[in-house]
Amino acid sequence: MKNHLPAAFAAPFESPSFLDCLKATGYFDQPSVSSVSPGLDRIPHATTVLAVRYAQGVVMAGDRQASEGYQVSSRAISKVIPVDRYSCVAIAGAAGPAIDMARLFRVEIEHYEKLEGVMLTTDGKANKLAQMVREALPMAMQGLVVVPLFAGYDLGRGAGRIYKYDPAGGRYEEEAYHANGSGGLFAKNALKMLWKEGFSRTQAIEAALRALYEAADEDLGTGGPDFVREIYPSVFTMDREGTIELPPTEVARYYRNLVDTLKRKE
Amino acid sequence: MAALPFYVSPEQLMQDKAEYAKKGISRGRSVVVLVVREGILLAADNPSATLYKISEVYDRVAFAGVGKYSEFENLRKAGIRHADLKGFMYSREDVTGRSLANAYSQLLGSAFSQEMKPLEVEIVLADLGTDGRADEIYRISYDGSIFDEPLLTAVGGRAEQLGALLRERVKSPPPLSEGLRIVRGAFQEISESPLPAEQMEVGLLDRSATGRTFRRFSRQELSEIVDIPG
Repeated sequence: MKNHLPAAFAAPFESPSFLDCLKATGYFDQPSVSSVSPGLDRIPHATTVLAVRYAQGVVMAGDRQASEGYQVSSRAISKVIPVDRYSCVAIAGAAGPAIDMARLFRVEIEHYEKLEGVMLTTDGKANKLAQMVREALPMAMQGLVVVPLFAGYDLGRGAGRIYKYDPAGGRYEEEAYHANGSGGLFAKNALKMLWKEGFSRTQAIEAALRALYEAADEDLGTGGPDFVREIYPSVFTMDREGTIELPPTEVARYYRNLVDTLKRKE
Repeated sequence: MAALPFYVSPEQLMQDKAEYAKKGISRGRSVVVLVVREGILLAADNPSATLYKISEVYDRVAFAGVGKYSEFENLRKAGIRHADLKGFMYSREDVTGRSLANAYSQLLGSAFSQEMKPLEVEIVLADLGTDGRADEIYRISYDGSIFDEPLLTAVGGRAEQLGALLRERVKSPPPLSEGLRIVRGAFQEISESPLPAEQMEVGLLDRSATGRTFRRFSRQELSEIVDIPG
C-alpha cells in the first residue's frame, strides 16, 4: 500500500536512527575543513573529564574550563552531558564540534527509545557513539579532534561501565576508571593511586574530585575549584537510582575540606 | 486506466469514506486523556502489554492513538521524527503540541480527501503546560478535523458515551489516583465488564518532572494505585 506520509517518514523498516532521519532531510552535513587552517588552535578546547566505577555504578566528572591556547575562553562550560536516565557522555577536545556531537548523540539515543519503546543496551549506545566519532574522522584529521568518554549504568549487569574512544572511532571498555583531555594524564595517575575495587558512591566521588584537583594543579588548561565565582566541577553519578547530579554545594564542601588539609602552614 | 463506470457524487464518496473510517475506529477499544493535578493522564483499555497505544513524543508532549494499529503506529513515529528534528534544529522549547497537532491534521485531512481508503484512526496529542501556559489537549479525527479539548477527551470505540460519562463526573482536575479510578470505572461501565489493572495502559506527563516528563506506569505500580482504595 502506498503510504500517505511524506517519503522521509514512510518505509516501515526504516532505521530507528535519528542521524539517518537527519541525513534524509538534508539538514545534516559534516563541515569539511579543506586544509589545516592556522586558526584551529585558537578554537576553544575542553580539557579534563573522567569516569570512575564503583560497586553499584559509575561516577563521571569534569572541570568547567574551556581554553584557547594559553587563554581561558570560558570558565563555566558543562562537559559532562546526561544522555538518558542511565548514562552520560563527557567531552574533551574542540569544544564546538564536541558539544554538537554530544547533543546529537543524546537525541539519537532518545529517538531510538521513543520509536522502539525500549532503551538501547549500554553496549548499543557505546557502539553508536563509536560510529559518530568515526564519522567525524575527516574533521579530526584537520585538527578538530573530538574524543568523548561514555559511562553508564548497565541495567542488565547491574554495574557501571566506562568506554573510551580514539579519534578513528575505536571503542575500548575500561575496567575501573579513565580520564581524557589535556589534564587527563594527571587525573589518571591520581586515580591509579586512589582507586580500589568495591568503592562506595561517596568514595568514588571523592576520588574523582581529588583527581580533577590534581589535574588542575598540573595542567594549565584545566580549571580547579573557583571559590571566588563559585564555579565547581560538575559531577554525575549513574546507578540503579538513575543519573543524579551532585549539588554544587556538596562539591564546594569537599574542596573546602581538601584545601584545608592541604595547607602546609597555618 | 479505464474511466470510472459510474458517477458517484462527491458527497456520497465522502460519506462512504467517513462511515468506513468510523466503523473501523468503533470496533476498537478506547483511550481517555484527562488533566489531573499531577499532570496529564493518558489511560487506555489495552490487553496487550507490549503493543502500546500511548507514547512519549517529546519533553512535554504525549501521543495516544486508537483504531488500526499499523496506521496510528506510523503516525506516532512520524510525530516523533518531526518533534526530534524540530527540537534538534531549533531548541527543545520550540517543540509544541499545537504545531504537531496541526501537522497531523493536515496529514489526515489530505489522506482522507485524496486516498481511496481513509485512515481508520483517531489520535490525541497532550501538551503539558509550563510557565503559565495552560495544558493543551488536541483530538484529531480520521478526516483531519481537529478539536481543542479543555479538560478531557475520549477516543475509540464508544468514545462519545465514555466522554459524556466522564464529563459528568469530572468538573475540575482531580488528583491522579482519583482520576485513574474514575477513568477505570467509566471504562467498566461502558463495556459492562470488569477491567483488571493489568489490562490498562497508563502514562503520565508529570508536572513535577523536568526535561522528559512522560512516564509509563508498570502494571504493578498501577494496581497499587487502582486496587487499593484511598
